[in-house]
Amino acid sequence: MLRFILSRLVWMVPSLVVVSFLSFVLIQLPPGDYVTTYIATLAASNEVVDQNTAAELRSRFGLDQPMIVQYAKWLGNIVTRGDFGLSFEWQQPVSDLIWERMALTLVLTFSTLLATWGIALPIGVFSAVKKYSIGDYLVTFLSFLGLAIPSFLLALVLMYIAAVEFGQEVGGLFSEAYVQAPWSFYKVLDLLHHLWIPVIILAVSGTASLIRVMRANMLDELSKPYVTTARAKGLSEFRLLVKYPMRLALNPFISTIAWLLPNLVSGSIIVAIVLSLPTAGPLLLQSLMSQDMYLAGAFVLLICTLTLIGSLISDILLALVDPRIRLE
Amino acid sequence: MSALETTTRTRDDGAARSPVVLQVRDLTTHFPVRNGVVKAVDGVSFDVERGRTLCVVGESGSGKSVTARSILQIVDAPGRIVSGSMVLHRPDGSKVDLAKLNPRGREIRAVRGAEIAMIFQEPMSSLSPVHTVGDQIMEALRLHLDMSKAEARARCVELLRQVEIPNPDKAVDRYTFEFSGGMRQRVMIAMSLACNPSMLIADEPTTALDVTTQAEILDLIRRLQQQHGMAVMFITHDMGVVAEIADDVIVMYHGKVMEYGPVDQIFHAPKNDYTKMLIGSVLKLEQKAEIRLKRPPRDNAAPPVLEVRNLEMHFGKPGAPLKAVDDVSLKVFPGETLGIVGESGSGKTTMGRCLLRVYDPNGGEIDYRRADGEVVDIVKADKATLKQVRREIRMIFQDPVGSLNPRMTVAQIVGEPLLVNGIASGKELDERVADLLKQVGLEPAWRERYPHAFSGGQRQRIGIARAIALNPRVIVADEATSALDVSLRSQMLDLMMNLQDKLGLSYVFISHDIGVIRYMCDRVAVMYRGRVVETGATEQVCDAPAHAYTQALLSAIPRPDPRARTMHKRHRYAG
Repeated sequence: MLRFILSRLVWMVPSLVVVSFLSFVLIQLPPGDYVTTYIATLAASNEVVDQNTAAELRSRFGLDQPMIVQYAKWLGNIVTRGDFGLSFEWQQPVSDLIWERMALTLVLTFSTLLATWGIALPIGVFSAVKKYSIGDYLVTFLSFLGLAIPSFLLALVLMYIAAVEFGQEVGGLFSEAYVQAPWSFYKVLDLLHHLWIPVIILAVSGTASLIRVMRANMLDELSKPYVTTARAKGLSEFRLLVKYPMRLALNPFISTIAWLLPNLVSGSIIVAIVLSLPTAGPLLLQSLMSQDMYLAGAFVLLICTLTLIGSLISDILLALVDPRIRLE
Repeated sequence: MSALETTTRTRDDGAARSPVVLQVRDLTTHFPVRNGVVKAVDGVSFDVERGRTLCVVGESGSGKSVTARSILQIVDAPGRIVSGSMVLHRPDGSKVDLAKLNPRGREIRAVRGAEIAMIFQEPMSSLSPVHTVGDQIMEALRLHLDMSKAEARARCVELLRQVEIPNPDKAVDRYTFEFSGGMRQRVMIAMSLACNPSMLIADEPTTALDVTTQAEILDLIRRLQQQHGMAVMFITHDMGVVAEIADDVIVMYHGKVMEYGPVDQIFHAPKNDYTKMLIGSVLKLEQKAEIRLKRPPRDNAAPPVLEVRNLEMHFGKPGAPLKAVDDVSLKVFPGETLGIVGESGSGKTTMGRCLLRVYDPNGGEIDYRRADGEVVDIVKADKATLKQVRREIRMIFQDPVGSLNPRMTVAQIVGEPLLVNGIASGKELDERVADLLKQVGLEPAWRERYPHAFSGGQRQRIGIARAIALNPRVIVADEATSALDVSLRSQMLDLMMNLQDKLGLSYVFISHDIGVIRYMCDRVAVMYRGRVVETGATEQVCDAPAHAYTQALLSAIPRPDPRARTMHKRHRYAG
């Protein structure tokens, strides 16, 4: 097992190098560069930038060098100094920008995950055990409804209700007073106070599909002979459900961890923009639009790293949970 | 033991009736379906007595399994018990009617596993793959006997020792997929015995096992029954097993009891017509087929149509290969049926597939003599030759459901080889298909239907029609009758032999069932771990086997005669 993990970790290094190169190339692919975009922005507000200034900007940012050199410099700085470069647009080190937002993204994603699984898994089990009952039909109807509603629309509706009916301040994850404040107990309370709207919105669509998956998994397992064996042993219906079919029906969910982690960064962008959440998604979008290449590159690299780590974690967990995989 | 058996077996004399454990009266279980109800169990009554074995026998769909599950109220949805009583007599003299209990209630759960335990057919899927063996056994102990973890573990090891699992203190922590089929069934038995039940229900517990493993499991159940004085209700379709172990027998058909009586009466003086038919078709397979008796003696001078020499087929890594077929040499003469018999993993199926070069053999030769006398080595044949050879050597498969495409009509299935090989099309094809269906005893008008509209036996006939469509010279039949009920089996074999006479076919008949081999085959080759250990005329191999493995294999097969129980005299082969 330990050898398996070690060899997987070693293999991650070449994959990361390849991935980082690809992400760098990808970002360079659109025509023009940050300076072009910058000049275009200035031109929109009737400021004219002459060619010299543009060339000067390019050489200052190192944009006049060949791409491979830029890439080597960028990667070298990351490896040696943990320096992801400077964001052109924000004029701040990329790492400062990212970590601040990643922490909040993490909080939001995990709250959503807990809410989604906490609601969806029991309902999915219920819906499978009581197949074709009124309850099952109701749950199925609601989950299809949840799947069908676009989450930005739900975000707008919820914001309206929260603002008009409850008089709550909506948008963002903090009240104005706490945005710049250092972390304290009250700031956490304030965060929780704001968190429920995005969590509900993100959970609704996730829950809907998860209920369907769990129901299908569970139906597959419920007809297996080992369930009958457990019943013939005299176990109560609830205990045997939890111990045998549910345990096996959960296995496929462990594999989904692999793409949960990258979703931290790139998921739920639209909702985050609608609610103006200070999470990673909107920043990523903005950096791509303005060709802020080091910031975008760092994000793409982060997404890829998280994918690799996520699949490693899910493989390890699967091996822990399912002895058939462990002993192969 | 014999004294005990003779007294208890004469139950109709009223001499020695053991105390009744379970009394079932007029049990009726229905399955509501879209257009009415299926009466899976329809007014069934019987007694299960302490220390005795009641066999419930019947063909597929007879309701024997549902009867067993009804007792514990674990019938799969939407089935439910409609009426009847099932009175469980406890050792302390109290009684309880299981039919009256709530299927999800506490009372029936206290009976399940503790007083009446059950084991199932498929030991792999009947145990959870992600829990250790010990976990699953200890669960029953802790649930019913309220043991501490340490006590339960000690008892669990003891139980595994009782069912003869090697290294029981290590086996406790292992998973089911680490055990062989027979060992898994032992684990199931250990689990069912955990709480010393007064009754054991065994639902086809040996059907998925080889005969030698089956013999050991039957031995084990009998020994444990004698030690614990359990009542055993044993559900099976195998009349040989019934004759070997039963004290009393219920014959079921379409949910009803056809006949209920002591085993000797069922086999030697059956009263009911269905029982007579069932016993008749079992006994028929114990001897040479009538069709073969009428045949003139075969001309042995003719050169063989197929000659296999030193065939090798390896799987796995080249360094340590699994020799599925290991130095096999065989001959098949024209118009002859060669039986290949062996247990699972003996390589008989792989060998059969090599004959059509489904696999590429690692070595050896398969010389096929064509009608014009030209000899082709199938192992080395090029694509064009192979295509021609494959028209002349056809295959019939075991699973009549899986081997027919459900989205093709019968006409398309049977006509496909003709169409693919460009032999017939259009109206001519249609006529050929109709003729083929007639030959295998199917109504030609049914040819536009899909396979699901046919029963198992009919589907196998479709498979045969497809095999003979190209006028082949050799047919490789891989367990062609194993999935069929015994009453259909001899019909299918008779059909195959009639076609053999009419079309001059040679068969390579692969089977694990000695009865079928004896009925059908002229010569037989016995395979064991990839090798042919014995070849000879069927009568000689079946009645006076020369090789120790053949002797062990034959001695493990239960014979359908309760007066000649031989299995306890069997010997094992340690090769």
